Amino acid sequence: MVEVTLWGALSQVAGGNSKVEVEAKDIRELFRKLAEQYPGLEPWIDRGIAVAIDGTIYRDTWSKELPPGAEIFLLPRLAGG
Amino acid sequence: MNFDPRFSGRKFASVGTRPIRPDGVDKVTGRARYGADFNMAGQLVGRVLRSPHAHAIIRKIDTSKAEALSGVKAVITAADLPDLTDGDAAMYDILDNCMARTKALYDGHAVAAVAAIDARTARQALKLIEVDYEVLPHVTDVDEAMAHHAPLINDTIFTEGLEQKPAKASNVTKRSQFGHGDVHQGFGAADFIVERSFKTEQTHQGYIEPHACVANVSTDGTADLWVCTQGHFVYRQHCAQLLGMEASKLRVTSSEIGGGFGGKTHVWAEPVALALSRKAGRPVKLVMTRDEVFRASGPTSATSIDVKIGARKDGTITAAEATLRYSAGPYAGSWAEIGAMTAFACYKLDNVKTVGYEVLVNRPKTAAYRAPSAPMAAFAVESAVDELAKEIGIDPVEFRIRNAAQEGTRSSYGPVYGPIGIGPTLEAVKNHAHMKAPLKANQGRGMACGFWFNFGGQTCVDLNIGMDGSVSLAVGTVDVGGSRASLSLVAAEELGIDYTQLKAVVADTSSLGYNDMTDGSRGTFSSSMATISAARNAIKILRERAAQMWDISVDDVVWEQGHAVAKGEKHGNLGKLSLKEIAAKSGTTGGPIAGHSELVADGAGVSFATHICDVEVDPETGSTRVIRYTVVQDAGKAVHPTYVEGQYQGGAAQGIGWALNEEYIYGKDGRLQNAGFLDYRIPVCSDLPMIDTQILEIPNPNHPYGVRGVGETSIVPPLAAIANAVSNAAGVRMTHIPMSPPRILAAIEAEREG
Repeated sequence: MVEVTLWGALSQVAGGNSKVEVEAKDIRELFRKLAEQYPGLEPWIDRGIAVAIDGTIYRDTWSKELPPGAEIFLLPRLAGG
Repeated sequence: MNFDPRFSGRKFASVGTRPIRPDGVDKVTGRARYGADFNMAGQLVGRVLRSPHAHAIIRKIDTSKAEALSGVKAVITAADLPDLTDGDAAMYDILDNCMARTKALYDGHAVAAVAAIDARTARQALKLIEVDYEVLPHVTDVDEAMAHHAPLINDTIFTEGLEQKPAKASNVTKRSQFGHGDVHQGFGAADFIVERSFKTEQTHQGYIEPHACVANVSTDGTADLWVCTQGHFVYRQHCAQLLGMEASKLRVTSSEIGGGFGGKTHVWAEPVALALSRKAGRPVKLVMTRDEVFRASGPTSATSIDVKIGARKDGTITAAEATLRYSAGPYAGSWAEIGAMTAFACYKLDNVKTVGYEVLVNRPKTAAYRAPSAPMAAFAVESAVDELAKEIGIDPVEFRIRNAAQEGTRSSYGPVYGPIGIGPTLEAVKNHAHMKAPLKANQGRGMACGFWFNFGGQTCVDLNIGMDGSVSLAVGTVDVGGSRASLSLVAAEELGIDYTQLKAVVADTSSLGYNDMTDGSRGTFSSSMATISAARNAIKILRERAAQMWDISVDDVVWEQGHAVAKGEKHGNLGKLSLKEIAAKSGTTGGPIAGHSELVADGAGVSFATHICDVEVDPETGSTRVIRYTVVQDAGKAVHPTYVEGQYQGGAAQGIGWALNEEYIYGKDGRLQNAGFLDYRIPVCSDLPMIDTQILEIPNPNHPYGVRGVGETSIVPPLAAIANAVSNAAGVRMTHIPMSPPRILAAIEAEREG
């Protein structure tokens, strides 16, 4: 079980929860279960969400494992210039 | 991805040296081919008709007279680019921006295009196109666009991010919020509070090379596109989707690039050129004029930002808050959101709140500009931080050191930081000789910090070893700042060969797997990771071939300094085999030797910089000269230090222009008044001092060599560093960028008058 923190706009489509608990071993499973728990999140996941694991931001590596006790933070998927 | 990206702490032979870049000679002798340097037999000239109105309904377009003109081979309107975006709102915006469909949304918005046998005929044809406009009220200012009475640019937009969907449409597409703690409580604990409002004007990346492409659509539906871009694979995807093609049928070749800085991450002219070529049945060359680049490509946001910061007498910040309003052009964006995330990222804050508003205006669609949105937020925050330090009576560097984020700090945008470099850049600045140099009358010194995320992304590299032992490296990230040199150094390092034995090229979209853009400071970070992986795959094959040549087990062969070496006592008599010797026998040991890599480079690692700036302000004219400038930034590991320094200097130079001179000026009619380099003044060499650099190397734990992106962070601190310097020199706080002479004079006079 990992605790996931959502940023403001995302928490609004997750029933107002800024923190949710999910049983997930990697980012792919995390997104799948979040979409099951909160269907409103699915279009956001499709548009792109980045996952910060202990401060390191992952945008595309959905196979990245979520270590037990790690801080998991969802962020908008940004681009640079 | 079977590749371990973790930092290994190895010693380097090639990485960290400064050889001449492989594209250098061609560039300084004029041989290098940029976007407009490519030509095809039978090529037509493309030209675009643009709206003279900031906001207007397009009632009717009559192209019949233009089509009848001798020499005109095709005329297109939005009808020739039907909507194939299948509900993808972002792609629809791109389509509408390439060619207005029902409304012209800004001065310069494309409404039609022609392909003709020469430029004169094409220009004549544009004059023969009759567009019936119904001119609408417009708004170009970010604050005015938020007002209740503002003309609505898109009546289907209802602000996202509010607790309840609003009842009325507005020009605010999205509200976003970040932070933690309780700012009200934090301000209650403060002994000093600074509260200020700031504005920054819209600027352009100012790349010297305008957008240019040649499109050639064949009658069998396949096509070629030669184009100046930061990401030819992304251009292929977008163009194919907009034109209803399969991506593999469109081959895109990127030219050399005369600057992009985020401005060449979006398609504008390319789908138009392809549509013209498809209709005309001939190749079409389309080159934007400078006027078109300013009016109709993608400048950065104009902003309006309120900042409030409180601190105790001991110099500890107790709370920080900002409201950031960013213009997006006429289409939705996430520019204020990025500003809200980056604004306070340098600091350790228990109570912080940022709110961003994305605002539609009748200006060109905003595009990324080097660490997009961060420089404006840093200008506002770092100005307030400086002012607060002054009020408390603490040295501004000490104040920042006392409040700097460090490993374990919760960032203002959410996650807790790992190892980061803000502290070391501040310590380096504190101890830098620049900070101790004396100043003369009318001179002022300023410093400021900056943050940027950095990104990675999808990346693909091919490394091919020729039979003569020379090595070709084919990469898919466009080289915007010397990455072919850096990647050659990385391949040389892994293979254990000399840099001169390699040649790196940027491959076209049909020759290599998909690559994301060169954006987010990812070029060298991502492609070096893929190059390391590809080289290690090639080494595995080289070892196998050497084992064959020796007729021993591959397990007994290691790779050392460019040679296969047989290990173990029973192979003691075998001499080393060089890469060249193994390559020469490749035809009889299994064929060509190559290493490939396809991976997602993630974990780019955030980046920090601190800049110092000295200026001299003429109190009679308000004119400012930057007399000394120093950049201190963490590179993780500088693969080619000269090109890292170049990125630092380039960001500072662009920031100086942004801070002092550059701005889009719109008339009351909503038309851009200064669409040219005479009236939109970017700094030239004679405006700039030698920009000193100091590279810090705090390894990125998520890259084998410790590399971090370096391309963008350098533009984040300059607006604030220069504003602090000018404010110190002029004796008045400057709150509006650019600090052009009239603004400085007005501020000095207002201060005198009290």
